[in-house]
Amino acid sequence: MSVAPPKTLVCLNINGEDIECAFAPNKTLLEVLREDLALTGTKHGCEMGHCGACCVLVDDEPALSCLVLGLEAQGRRIRTVEGLAKNNQLHPVQQAFAECGAAQCGYCTPGFLMTAAALVEHDANLTSEKICDAISGNLCRCTGYTKIIEAIALASQRMRESEPREAKRGTDV
Amino acid sequence: MKQSVVLMSEPDLRTVSTATNPDGDARPLTPASVTTSILIAAPSQPADKPEGFSVVGKALPKVDSFAKVTGQEKFADDIILPQMLYGKMLRSIYAHARLKRIDVSKALALPGVVAIATGADLPVRYGILPSSPDETVMAIDTVRYVGDPVACVVADDELTAEEALELIEVEYEPLPAIMSIDEALRTDLPQIHPNPRRTNNVHKEAHLEFGDVAAGFAQADQIFEDEFFFEGNTHAPIEQHSIVAQPTSDGKLTLWCSTQTPHYLHRIAAQVLQLPGSYVRVIAPPIGGGFGGKTEPFAHELAAGYLALRTGKPVKITLTRQEVFYAHRGRHPVRFKLKTGVRKDGSITAVHLQSWLDGGGYGSYGVATTYYTGALTTVTYKIPAYKFDGIRVFTNKPPCGPKRGHGTTQPRFALECQLDKIAAVLGLDAAEYRKRIAVDPNTTTVNGLRITSCGIRECIDAAATRTGYHEKKGKLRRGKGIGIAASSYLCGAGLPIYWNPMPQSGAIVKVDRGGGVTVFCGSSEAGQGSNHMLAAIVAETLGVDVMDVRVCSGDTDLTPVDLGSYSSRVTFMAGNAARFAAVKVRAQLLEAAAEKLNLQPSEVGLSARRAYELTNPKNAITFIDAAQAAEAKFGTVVGVGSYTPPKLAAGYKGSGVGPSPAYSYSAAVAEVDVDLETGVITVEKITLAHDVGRSINPDSVEGQIEGGVYMGLAEALFEEWPFRAGEHKIPNLLDYKMPTSLDTPPIESIIIETDDREGPFGAKEAGQGPLNPVIPAIANAVAEAINARIYSTPITAEKVLMAIDAQAGGGLRLRAVKTPKVPA
Repeated sequence: MSVAPPKTLVCLNINGEDIECAFAPNKTLLEVLREDLALTGTKHGCEMGHCGACCVLVDDEPALSCLVLGLEAQGRRIRTVEGLAKNNQLHPVQQAFAECGAAQCGYCTPGFLMTAAALVEHDANLTSEKICDAISGNLCRCTGYTKIIEAIALASQRMRESEPREAKRGTDV
Repeated sequence: MKQSVVLMSEPDLRTVSTATNPDGDARPLTPASVTTSILIAAPSQPADKPEGFSVVGKALPKVDSFAKVTGQEKFADDIILPQMLYGKMLRSIYAHARLKRIDVSKALALPGVVAIATGADLPVRYGILPSSPDETVMAIDTVRYVGDPVACVVADDELTAEEALELIEVEYEPLPAIMSIDEALRTDLPQIHPNPRRTNNVHKEAHLEFGDVAAGFAQADQIFEDEFFFEGNTHAPIEQHSIVAQPTSDGKLTLWCSTQTPHYLHRIAAQVLQLPGSYVRVIAPPIGGGFGGKTEPFAHELAAGYLALRTGKPVKITLTRQEVFYAHRGRHPVRFKLKTGVRKDGSITAVHLQSWLDGGGYGSYGVATTYYTGALTTVTYKIPAYKFDGIRVFTNKPPCGPKRGHGTTQPRFALECQLDKIAAVLGLDAAEYRKRIAVDPNTTTVNGLRITSCGIRECIDAAATRTGYHEKKGKLRRGKGIGIAASSYLCGAGLPIYWNPMPQSGAIVKVDRGGGVTVFCGSSEAGQGSNHMLAAIVAETLGVDVMDVRVCSGDTDLTPVDLGSYSSRVTFMAGNAARFAAVKVRAQLLEAAAEKLNLQPSEVGLSARRAYELTNPKNAITFIDAAQAAEAKFGTVVGVGSYTPPKLAAGYKGSGVGPSPAYSYSAAVAEVDVDLETGVITVEKITLAHDVGRSINPDSVEGQIEGGVYMGLAEALFEEWPFRAGEHKIPNLLDYKMPTSLDTPPIESIIIETDDREGPFGAKEAGQGPLNPVIPAIANAVAEAINARIYSTPITAEKVLMAIDAQAGGGLRLRAVKTPKVPA
């Protein structure tokens, strides 16, 4: 028993997979991902749209999942940090974040990675100004953003040059 | 924007000054590690490694990086257990009130509510410092700040728990709220904590005097007296505090908690819940940032433990962002009076520092903070006579505690600003002046602090040279400024929070037959890279790859005690404990391998997952073979190590605060552009040189420097701690002005290595020290830009304009030295 409204059965497309799940209609996409689908890679830092920790991609665009209802995500393609790596190969932004030390505590990292993934996938000609602009909605309290900007630039450069990604270490997920 | 800096030509790097190395012995170092470093002392290398280190000093991805970039890292709130209940705290809406009556019956009747606890259920008083046990989990008779916990509800889901809070009836009798240092010093207002020995709200007084202060001032050619105010601010880690408490059928309790100090939570949870220590297990998962904000037990953590035991079900409580602001324990607002006597040449003859700390509603670490506002004044510059008076008061605001730089950040602002004034009046170059009066290595300060390795001059030189400080200073157009400041910080407090003769840190290293190595240590990974540091030190000692080492940290059942991630102690103390443990394992491996290779142990080395003959490296066995031979010979291959700092306290009352086995040093140069029309300050660049002793991982050290610079910038220019009618005015991440990527200037890090003789592989600290000089460096740059000084933080556009206006109207300087009064 609880005061929570009854659950609705919904089909969501998460990381390329159609998933049926039941949740109360007042739940945000953030809560559905974390609590109903156990996809806890997406984080929360304020639940008011201030910090960017909950950023996911909705139809390839960054969106704050704390400001999106789970029900609104129906019929959209949702991508989370768990879906960034493909075939056991890290996404270039993940690889670069690990190599550059862009993740200190790592808590804001999934949100940054999603913003960064959308950025490097959409724009092949990134400058540090563009990167600074794009990540200005994501707060990080550890890094001073320096290594995050460096990592996104590195990922972008590698994607542009389509070099085989030479990992320093451990590309396996 | 990686900055690769080579400040000296390469051959020099091997032999530049051996200032901190008494034997003056210059051994070769690994050339790969020098691109971002200046080495001022020869490295201490293991005798069997003529080729240098293979892990230490390498910019490797941290061992936990891959979990962090894939979403696999589990933080406390990511733990979801079957049948878990969710808890919410009811918090006071009054800043100061008597609690007359509390009725939870309607809330309990709400479907889905499982249990409710109030203050009467948990009457044990506690406090992180044994000297101020002034808290209970929930208020019993008095609430002391808006946000003070009053009750805790657990329910089937968060929504129900929230609804239940609305149904709890609380009758308060409001009392006058004491909201400033001045009000707290008055004798006609109620006491926040009844204290028959006082008539005001003073919590702690400290009065210390060293050397002949009167004679010092008498000898001075000039005396400078200034007042400063350092605004309070909060840690604001992106992860909100969270705990999951799980009761088990044997009556025991497991707490997964976002804490920097699992050991202290273990102690206090057992005490408050009245359980044997053996029945409480605290696990500190990696935490999403702490900065000092998660270094003591919080009410919701103890309430979750209690309600888990009472209901027999797991309980999770995660604070909302607003609650994180009220939980606080952040930077104390501090007012200072600073009096310094100097000779004509600038040498200091005496210093008298007075501090008044606005402590908020409870003691927290405040007694230590009070001493810290005075203790480290002497470890940066030579001060022959020193007097310190510190007063901490209670106010009806969220309790203040330690934030990155704990109590030393605020006076450093005052000291470095005044030093710039002294330099200007005496016509001295501010950088050269600082170098001239800087402390020397291997000396003792007037208040009895032992200084060993010390790279302060090298830091000042590196930052000044890199920025062209000497060329720019005094030659910039009005509106532009360049400022310098230096600082120093602890590498771990010399004494634990509760005094005891036991080690501050312990580690166990175990080798598996498969070649894997596990290090067990009670330290807490707060994002500073302590897990990587442990893996790197063990891997270096045993000659394996860093990825061969698994780190099991922060679990009071599994790991030996480490006091936690505070006071920049983990690399020095846990690192040494891990090193000592690994050395014992190394001895077993060498002896067993020597037997296999028909050699003496002293003829064998360990490197690249092999045990080999030092003079003929081709004669080798694999690390796995060596591990198995050692297990066959000695049994389970394990080594234990622990670290106790040398006895450093001078013995006077208060001498427990300040001693550290080593001090890090930093210097910052800030370059600013001030819009003289609007007062808006743009920081163009911050360059910071930091004496880290030795960087175990240069990427991590740079990361700590960049993070410290960022947080210093935030405190210098943006972040405030304002209240209106007892309530925090801006308890959210939009209005609380945390800098974004667009507000953060380019940061250049310069790593200075001084090879500390007691640090693990020579390492000191990087977590807190780099923050301190940033704030005065910015203040000094702004002072040059507008030719007027702002004496309080944050240095806002409004203050700049007021200072410019005052100057235009007769050269008056703005002196905001009082806690800003907010109209009720």
